[in-house]
Amino acid sequence: MIVYGVALLSACLLSGAFLGDLLGEMLGVQANVGGVGIAMLLLILLHHYSGRQFALGAETAKGITFWSAMYIPIVIAMAAKQNVYAAVTSGWVAVLAGVLAVVLSFAMVPVLSRMGNKISGETEGGS
Amino acid sequence: MLELFVAVLERHSLIVAFLFVGVVTWLSYLASNVMTKGRVHGSAVAIIAGLVLAYFAGMFTGGQRGVADISILAGVGVLGGAMFRDFAIVATAFGAELDALKRSGLVGALSIVLGVVLSFIVGGAVALAFGYTDSVSISTIGAGAATYIVGPVTGSALGASSEVIALSVGAGLIKSVLVMIGTPFVAPLIGLNNPQSAMIYGGLMGTTSGVAGGLAATDPKLVPYGAMTATFYTGVGCLLAPSVLFLLVQAVNPT
Repeated sequence: MIVYGVALLSACLLSGAFLGDLLGEMLGVQANVGGVGIAMLLLILLHHYSGRQFALGAETAKGITFWSAMYIPIVIAMAAKQNVYAAVTSGWVAVLAGVLAVVLSFAMVPVLSRMGNKISGETEGGS
Repeated sequence: MLELFVAVLERHSLIVAFLFVGVVTWLSYLASNVMTKGRVHGSAVAIIAGLVLAYFAGMFTGGQRGVADISILAGVGVLGGAMFRDFAIVATAFGAELDALKRSGLVGALSIVLGVVLSFIVGGAVALAFGYTDSVSISTIGAGAATYIVGPVTGSALGASSEVIALSVGAGLIKSVLVMIGTPFVAPLIGLNNPQSAMIYGGLMGTTSGVAGGLAATDPKLVPYGAMTATFYTGVGCLLAPSVLFLLVQAVNPT
């Protein structure tokens, strides 16, 4: 049933959010640490190991893939509720700090990618 | 008559949000096909359109939540809020490959720490260049260049002035908006087309909204990989900025 997929997805997000808050508390940080990432890992692991003890049926999967397809519309709504006016009018310090951080971070992506290729190449060669 | 109509819309705010997003998407894909012959992807146009609408809404309403501050569009705030965003991000993980995540796990983790430190240094340097010489202000603005959550968390932990905290939020907002708009355009230049580079990108950028929007407009298949690392960034930033990074700033700048 489709609702099983939706419920499973909810269970993953709630567990992840809880564990993320717990991790934040343990680290003494006033933030959720990786809750969404943990929830994603839970869902991936469930999907990966389903079929051995239990099967994730096609109907159940529909409950998840629907929300996956709703991702872009939700992101568009997210864009429309951003505080863009405050961002644009917050002055040169904020604009320059934000812009330079983005430009340099973009520039680092290929550098780290090469490093990542080297790391995974070495582990493959070693095994 | 008009009052009745508005009342109906206000009573069905989330449903209005579905219609709103549908219409924005339809017009954006139309504009993408007609004006750019599909070169700029429809979802990229839709995200930019959303941001532009949010700008004008903020200007006219004086609120902080973009179009969601217009009463009949309040539902957009719910649909586009963190709850639904996170729900949909987790759902995209359904198609993700565990092996790809494992293979790039190490470099992905490295990119998070490097991303926080890099943004912090850049933000701090800009603050210094604009005459903020005390370590607390430098660190708070540096933290804001990480994300708009790390900034205020750091600022309130260090006792920064509200003006500086507002600047740090501004820097974070600029970053998130720019990542949303810029990603589809720079993606071909930085090799953002596979799970590994998406994980690195998510870790370096760190703004969950920015990464979510940027990858949606570039290649939705990469969303789970970028989101996986980005979602740890704010936590790592809140951990490092008010502690280790602030102490380092204080060490080189004793005022």
